Amino acid sequence: MPFEIEQIAELARLSLKPEEKAKLKKDLESILAYVDELKKVDTEKVEPTSHVLNLENIFRKDEVRPSSVRDETLKHAPSREGNFFKVPKVIDQE
Amino acid sequence: MVQAESKTLGRYEPVIGLEVHVQLATRSKLFCPCPAQFGAEPNLNTCPVCLGLPGSLPVLNQEALRMAVKAGLALNCRVAERFKFDRKNYFYPDLPKAYQISQFNKPVNGRGFLTVELKDGPKKIGITRAHLEEDAGKLLHEGVKDGSLVDYNRAGVPLLEIVSEPEIFTTEEAYQYLTTLKAILQYLEVSDCDMEKGSLRCDANISIRPRGEKKLGTKVEIKNMNSFRAVERALQFEIERQTGVLTEGGRLTQETRLWNESRGETFSMRSKEYAHDYRYFPEPDLVPFTLSRAEVEAIRRTLPELPNERIQRLVKDYGISEYDSARLVQEKAVAEYYEASVKEGVSAKLAANWILSELLGHLKEAGTAIQGSKVSAQSLAGLIRLIENNTISGKIAKDVLPEMLATGKSAEAVVKEKGLVQVTDVKLIETVVLKIIQANPKGVEDFRSGKKQAAGFLVGQVMKETQGKANPKLVNEILEKKLAK
Amino acid sequence: MLKESIRLAAREGAERIIESLTQRVREVDSRVNAYVQFDPKKIQRSQTKGPLAGVPVSVKDNICTRGWETTCASKILEGFIPPYDATVVEKLRQAGATIFGKCNMDEFAFGSSCETSAYGPTRNPWDLNRVPGGSSGGSAAAVAAGEAVAALGSDTGGSIRLPAAFCGVVGLKPTYGRVSRYGLVAFGSSFDQIGPITKTVEDSALLMNVIAGHDERDSTSADLPVPDYTKALGRGVKGLRIGLPREFFVKGLDPEIEKSVREAARIYQKMGAVIKEVNLPHTKYSVAVYYIVAVAEASSNLGRFDGVQYGFRAAHGNLRDLYFETRDQGFGEEAKRRILLGTFVLSAGYYEAYYLKGQKVRTLIREDYTKAFDEVDLLLTPVSPTPPFKLGEKLTDPLTMYLSDIFTISVNLAGVPAMALPSGFTKSGLPIGMQLIARPFQEETIFQAAHAYEQETKWFKQNPKL
Repeated sequence: MPFEIEQIAELARLSLKPEEKAKLKKDLESILAYVDELKKVDTEKVEPTSHVLNLENIFRKDEVRPSSVRDETLKHAPSREGNFFKVPKVIDQE
Repeated sequence: MVQAESKTLGRYEPVIGLEVHVQLATRSKLFCPCPAQFGAEPNLNTCPVCLGLPGSLPVLNQEALRMAVKAGLALNCRVAERFKFDRKNYFYPDLPKAYQISQFNKPVNGRGFLTVELKDGPKKIGITRAHLEEDAGKLLHEGVKDGSLVDYNRAGVPLLEIVSEPEIFTTEEAYQYLTTLKAILQYLEVSDCDMEKGSLRCDANISIRPRGEKKLGTKVEIKNMNSFRAVERALQFEIERQTGVLTEGGRLTQETRLWNESRGETFSMRSKEYAHDYRYFPEPDLVPFTLSRAEVEAIRRTLPELPNERIQRLVKDYGISEYDSARLVQEKAVAEYYEASVKEGVSAKLAANWILSELLGHLKEAGTAIQGSKVSAQSLAGLIRLIENNTISGKIAKDVLPEMLATGKSAEAVVKEKGLVQVTDVKLIETVVLKIIQANPKGVEDFRSGKKQAAGFLVGQVMKETQGKANPKLVNEILEKKLAK
Repeated sequence: MLKESIRLAAREGAERIIESLTQRVREVDSRVNAYVQFDPKKIQRSQTKGPLAGVPVSVKDNICTRGWETTCASKILEGFIPPYDATVVEKLRQAGATIFGKCNMDEFAFGSSCETSAYGPTRNPWDLNRVPGGSSGGSAAAVAAGEAVAALGSDTGGSIRLPAAFCGVVGLKPTYGRVSRYGLVAFGSSFDQIGPITKTVEDSALLMNVIAGHDERDSTSADLPVPDYTKALGRGVKGLRIGLPREFFVKGLDPEIEKSVREAARIYQKMGAVIKEVNLPHTKYSVAVYYIVAVAEASSNLGRFDGVQYGFRAAHGNLRDLYFETRDQGFGEEAKRRILLGTFVLSAGYYEAYYLKGQKVRTLIREDYTKAFDEVDLLLTPVSPTPPFKLGEKLTDPLTMYLSDIFTISVNLAGVPAMALPSGFTKSGLPIGMQLIARPFQEETIFQAAHAYEQETKWFKQNPKL
């Protein structure tokens, strides 16, 4: 199956170099071909596993515990202005 | 079905669905113990979890779930026995993990409905789902020259997303849906639903189709509406725009449009449309959740009186009209205020009138919520009592109220200070009446020749002369007596 | 070794241990490259009295250490200094351990050879031309080379066990939920576990006593009491039923390794265990399932590395560039490969055919283990189909590399605990490891059997010549 690398790279926010693209595409196609052997397994009556433990209903109480990580995090931020993180102008609202 | 009334419609019918996000009023955030309050210094209410720092993990706030279930029950939703959380993956600077923890195919609240009161009767509007999710941070653009700033205080605040079925067919229905929903949520005390603070947000999906057609037309999403009125206006604008396009033989495109409040129009975002593919999958960092029917029933028992129930009760207990009752109940705080004032022993009808036609108007003008009013329910009852015992006229009272609102003084104090006590001295009124009769021969003639409205004019002149303090009933009586002579 | 170090430190303090270890790193690490971050000036001696008595412990670089750069051996996390400690690090500090250094790894734990690190590959102390296994190659090599008393690694598909086997040390992947993941930079969230990499089985138990346990900050952490794992040592294996899964002894398994593991079975039998063959019929699908499900989780987990809040940010014009360039320049090739694969299997139109299918086959693999454990108490298998391979040998062919984990991956799919421990050497003197797999939360059974074998064979007495 051809791997639509342009489209997937767009979703994954990766700008790949042309030579990289060709190599990755080839690799991914061979991995997918290998993975396709799963099609042989009959899973019609099988429930999917999302968690291996049978844990349920793990909560925390609605209690406030202030943390003090802001200054430490901002200190190492790639770009900041005052107590804000800074990014290039976000033009649209989406 | 209620049909939309619009000049431009006719052949076409709009179909509207609303997506409402409300912030749940928990103390801490949805998945971490940071304060969920609005208004802190930038990025102060953050921790590794809501900043999405590598290695951090979410743990669900139990109270947020309880609030979500309460809302679900009040909206007649089927509360799930099993539900889970999913990741919604997309990139945006206000989304620290590049995914939002939300609920995809197993939301906590499934199908439900709410009943709205329309001019021609009640209507049920279906609710598709009401699910829990975390909020994103906030971007600031204004006043920043070369970039945008990010504040993650809001990131991770619990939201309930309430999605309606596409069963709204007029802008009035949309407006009523929103006010009814807001009232319910406020009554539940699960959200303050303050649109200005962003604790209630609404997006709309709208399409139009030829009347009688079953299939939905091309869907347009509208965002950026900051009030219920704005939702109504934006929808009206879209109905007309879309009808115009189709009438001229054009085609609509599926898109997202933003409402521009000052221009009163929507405009296409025209941003580079990334293919939206959110790649939902079960959140591996959270385990599944179950709710036994007993637990759901226990939560149901904590539901307070809901707006519809209260409307009926006020009609029954106080003898006010259903229309007035609905207006009083819409805002919980107003209903509380009303009942507190009636408790003081004044006329329930007068209290309703005074709140609806005077007090709320003044407060709105001043931009004050009823909770912040300098006139308490007890103090308003004091004013009404002065009217009831003829100390002042209703007209005078209308001047007294603004003074009370401005100063916080009692009605008695204002009346006394300004010497506004009603004149009931027959002698004094007679003197003024005679004076007015002499000064207005034309009015007297008109009256005698059968022009009833002339009486109103003469009464008005007497009231003016007494600075409104004369008892209107006495003025009428004395005037008629004198003119009959 | 940890046990001896604790004794020594309890007597005279840990300073001498820290000094001699520092000396050893200076001598050999330019060749081994086990550490991505080692700075004697940054080592804060523990002031806490606790069972670890100030003894230095090394930590894989995907485990958050407050104030110490945590890079996951990736350029994209260059300069990321976490403002918090992972729960395991907190626990280590509370137990009186001194955090000694951050160990090299495959970038974001994506790899089986420790070659994909942005800081250069770690080399196998037994043969510097060979890989130490991955992804916790730095942790395993550091312990093997005597550059660490003990270390923490993480294991998503074999990342503790494969390097332990390649480096001739002991690596435990605990039951999913046994050790808190809070502060472990996530790869495959439903697979990841932190575990100890040590010279001996007893050391492993000592470290597990410190790091295991419930954590209210991790929703997937099991709220079960933690036994004293050292109590399981010395119990012997009499009557223990040990299974050899037929699917693990197949074509492609190196004969020397097969011989070594079968010899281990014979030793167990001699010591009183009952050996029998069992089936794990879906084993052959485990690599495929893993490269769908774990990689899907990874693609989502790695979305946050975008240059907005921390780490590397590429030169950029607009916002789009910030994302695309930062991620393009910040991630290495294997990371990109897995991000793309994971993004693909979750994308519209493919979710059911790949991701959901993978989750279903995962169920079948779990059930295989449940059934096998009806018959036996423990499974004995090889760790790797081959001995340590040469640097660069598999780097160009990702699929071949992925298949190195064929014997370790199904354990993570099922969430069960497993240990790799030395079971001998090849003729050319390369370490061979064997794997013991137990029921969920039965780490004690592993310790019991591993210790018995270790005491019988004493492979740990051999050290690489560096």
